[in-house]
Amino acid sequence: MSIPTDRKYCETHEWFAGAEDTITMGISQFAADELTDITYVELPEIGKVVSVGDVVGEVESVKATSEIFSAVDGEIIEVNENLAGHPELINDDAFDKGWIAKIKVSSTASLESLMDAEQYKTFMAGAH
Amino acid sequence: MAETQTVQRTPLYDAHVSMGGRMVDFAGWDLPICFTSINEEHAHTRTACSVFDVSHMGRLTLTGKDCQSFLNRLCTRNLDQAEVGRSYYSHICREDGGILDDVIVSRFEKRWGIVCNASNREKIVAWIDKQSRGMDVSLKDQTTSTAMIAMQGPKTLELANAITGKDLSSLKRYRCTEYTYLIMKVSVYRCGYTGEDGFEVVVPASAIKMMLPKLFGSKGSPNPLIKPAGLGARDTLRIEAAMPLYGHELSEDWDSLTAGQSWCVDLEKDFVGADAMRKVRDEGLPRQLVGLELDGRRIARQHYRVFAGGKEVGEVTSGTLSPTLGKSIAMAFIKSDVAEVGTTLEVEMGSKRTGATVVKLPFYKRPKSS
Repeated sequence: MSIPTDRKYCETHEWFAGAEDTITMGISQFAADELTDITYVELPEIGKVVSVGDVVGEVESVKATSEIFSAVDGEIIEVNENLAGHPELINDDAFDKGWIAKIKVSSTASLESLMDAEQYKTFMAGAH
Repeated sequence: MAETQTVQRTPLYDAHVSMGGRMVDFAGWDLPICFTSINEEHAHTRTACSVFDVSHMGRLTLTGKDCQSFLNRLCTRNLDQAEVGRSYYSHICREDGGILDDVIVSRFEKRWGIVCNASNREKIVAWIDKQSRGMDVSLKDQTTSTAMIAMQGPKTLELANAITGKDLSSLKRYRCTEYTYLIMKVSVYRCGYTGEDGFEVVVPASAIKMMLPKLFGSKGSPNPLIKPAGLGARDTLRIEAAMPLYGHELSEDWDSLTAGQSWCVDLEKDFVGADAMRKVRDEGLPRQLVGLELDGRRIARQHYRVFAGGKEVGEVTSGTLSPTLGKSIAMAFIKSDVAEVGTTLEVEMGSKRTGATVVKLPFYKRPKSS
């Protein structure tokens, strides 16, 4: 499985990309594969203010429902509306077309403690 | 349930891994949840033929001259007239009616067969042992010495005929038979757990691997009509067909009538649990198993609470997003006075309540003629 190196990863399998004031987030392909067929995505409302550790939304599959968490402080400025009709986009392309939300942040400092692609790969090997 | 024990592998384990199966622990067995995607495997089963590894299920053989009278007392279903070559869906219950398991009992020429749930196998073996004391009944657990596969889907019959070179169409639904295939003994049942036509086949554990190329075709030219499918699709298929699952619709905590399965219970005969169930019948069922169609795409999961006009009236037993209907469907136990088809209810999902309508079961019925 190829893991993009341009972003950071949480132990709860979310990814966060972007260096400036806008961070895009989603869940990893590993998480999408583990959940199997995703049937529903609960998207956050635009304008919602989130802090590190807050629930941003939910991803539901035939198998399970799992919450997705923010790793940044900021404001939701955009959500992937395509997921409402096509939640399977996350299964097909979790790292690109299956993005979930964009968050406007004043600082990306909280991302520094997250895992990079190499570390996440090691972490997944242990999780499986 | 939380005992630590090693996960068992079926004789098909290596084949699953080589075909890309995503393995999970299910009732202590390492089995594939899916190979490609649950939805794809579901659709393939509804249109062509899927092969499921069901080797984890318990396979018990009973012999002895008291088998019939013993099984007729053990099972809720009337087996007094059971014929050779037939399979019967039944429950096995305690004296208080609590469901110990749901099983398929089959009568072969020289033996009886029971297929039970993997999670209940040890319990059922012990129960049969206890209940048959003093009778001429001997039990052999053949679960690990055999493998069992289910071929399911509308194309199954023609494919199975082509593979075996036999005409299996004379083996009607819920019939069973034994063949000698090459040099091995094969038991074939015309049943399944998907709502489709199909067969379940039991072969010696050592023989299953050499059958795989026959089933799937060779690596270079796989038969596109037959594909492996996993436990995920097995669950979505059985929910659409409204088939009960032990631990969801069936439990030791209630009886077969309360589970909405009175069709497999004969209260006119004597069996373990009959007195308790007659009492339940006389007092009237407080709840019913119903189908729900929910608004939106969210899945109602087991134990989600159901409300009618703000009052709690029951709970969900199983739910999924139906791949065939594209709708969120669920089975639920609800109070009888709000169980009529068309009744509008609500299901609690997290902090919100979602609208739901009582619908007729099953959600899916295969087209006739096949």
